[in-house]
Amino acid sequence: MANVRALLLRLERLVPWLKSPMPYLAVAGYGLFLLSWYLLVDVFALGRFSRMPGLGSIVHEWLSVDPAYGVSIHTPIYYQHILTSLGRVGLAFALATALGVPLGLLLGWSPTVKEYVFPLFEMLRPIPILAWVPLAIIMFAGSETPVVFLTFLASFFATTLNTLLGVRSIDPSFILAARCLGASRTQVFRHVIVPGALPFIFTGLQISVGVAWFSLVAAEMVSGQFGLGYLINTSYTMVQYPTIAIAMLTLGLVGYSTSAAVRVAGDRIMRWRKRELTGAGRA
Amino acid sequence: MTPSLEPSPRGAIRIDGAVKSYGHGVARTLAVDDCSFDVNAGEICVVVGPSGCGKTTLLGAIAGFQSLDGGSIRLDGRMLCGPGRPRAEVGSDRIVVFQDGALLPWKTNLDNVAFGPTVQGTLSRAAARDKARGMLADAGLGGYEDVYPGQTSSGVRRRIEIVRALMNDPAVLLLDEPYRALDALTKSVMHESLLELYLRSRVTIFFITHDLEEAVFLGRRVVVMTARPCRPKAILDVDIPYPRTYDIVGERRYRELVQEAAAAVHEEARRAFDVGDKEGPQ
Repeated sequence: MANVRALLLRLERLVPWLKSPMPYLAVAGYGLFLLSWYLLVDVFALGRFSRMPGLGSIVHEWLSVDPAYGVSIHTPIYYQHILTSLGRVGLAFALATALGVPLGLLLGWSPTVKEYVFPLFEMLRPIPILAWVPLAIIMFAGSETPVVFLTFLASFFATTLNTLLGVRSIDPSFILAARCLGASRTQVFRHVIVPGALPFIFTGLQISVGVAWFSLVAAEMVSGQFGLGYLINTSYTMVQYPTIAIAMLTLGLVGYSTSAAVRVAGDRIMRWRKRELTGAGRA
Repeated sequence: MTPSLEPSPRGAIRIDGAVKSYGHGVARTLAVDDCSFDVNAGEICVVVGPSGCGKTTLLGAIAGFQSLDGGSIRLDGRMLCGPGRPRAEVGSDRIVVFQDGALLPWKTNLDNVAFGPTVQGTLSRAAARDKARGMLADAGLGGYEDVYPGQTSSGVRRRIEIVRALMNDPAVLLLDEPYRALDALTKSVMHESLLELYLRSRVTIFFITHDLEEAVFLGRRVVVMTARPCRPKAILDVDIPYPRTYDIVGERRYRELVQEAAAAVHEEARRAFDVGDKEGPQ
């Protein structure tokens, strides 16, 4: 029953959205982009665009049952690349979250820990992920671990920093009020610090999943077998340009989905916030 | 022995020679100096004074948020802070209601009200929620239990926050300009509702404001503070009996008291302004 009501509510919200210009603007945006691509590359083949893979050839290759360069939605290898990349991002993101959130909470909560860790952290954070590549390869055996490590690293910094900012964003009166009401230090941590930092933590996780894909592709181009970054790199060396575009567009789609999944998870956990926002809209 | 219906009032505060300064050397400013006065058990004592005069410092010292450099504060004869203990321990016998409100946004209003007894372990979560439900209903706030503070109007939030404090049976409520951000209409409703809760619980209330009409309307006594450093300049005895309704604002005695307070505050505001002028860059 509750499910039916939730579904109806969702449909009710969908109708005004469909009546608003928003969805059509998005469709028009996509349309304009694809049309200009088609015109610039396929039709006129202007200057710089003459050697780019054309929209027609990409779509044809992507959907082909028997693709010229061996990768399309009908080949198992396509899904193996996607799953390999997803698995690496998933593992790195999980590790970064499991380590970054507690560290960020600790950094925000304990001035002593912050004095120890934060200066070092702020010195390491600006080092570009690509600069870590040689060390990662020296440090970790095999081709898989360095890739996961590099992906983890970027996520970890984003998650930790945003969690720390989340703790600092908490209104001090919440902490004082909880202490007045008799909460111990650990209870303040559990009932005030953690939930108070959640909005920032989830912002951090969304950034984190984005930079995870970013550094994954960089790492996959250097090391590893399979994965969308690896596919782009090998297709480039083997002059299979449409496959590069297929891998890029796939990265866009998969990356967007993971980011959306994090957002949905955040909305679910922070219902109070969503309601607060809608409540504020009504007032 | 039959238990008396009227519990003996608690919450007598004796502030004795309190001193507090901030900063060091040339930048040192005395916020509170040799400040002594009493808050009687079971009364609403309103403290008014020019902004920045150190009223909040005093409240923070009673609550245990801040230390004193000298003097002492006692609650019902027990020393909260004084020689050898510069800072009072924070405890649920003195609960602060903050300027901007401090209901936890991620807990429903009911869980906010049940928070004190739950974390203290005096009641089980279920029992605390039951009690909270009852107290909200008694205060005319039934129906707001299961929504979040963000969905509740600011006036209702302030009332819920008072109920959350009263859940812990405190000796004294410390209110730091709780209605500052509210519009005049909401404010008048808040005042009547606070008085209603006060008359029901007879909790001692230490109320800081710089709204003089608010001070006289609510207070049994109004303590007018001097400009920095803060110390009592005049103590007005508001001899208008409770229960008070908004009708009293038309009464002569009310206007006289507001004017008396205004005269005292104005003198201090003037002084603070002149001192500020001298200290400012020429």
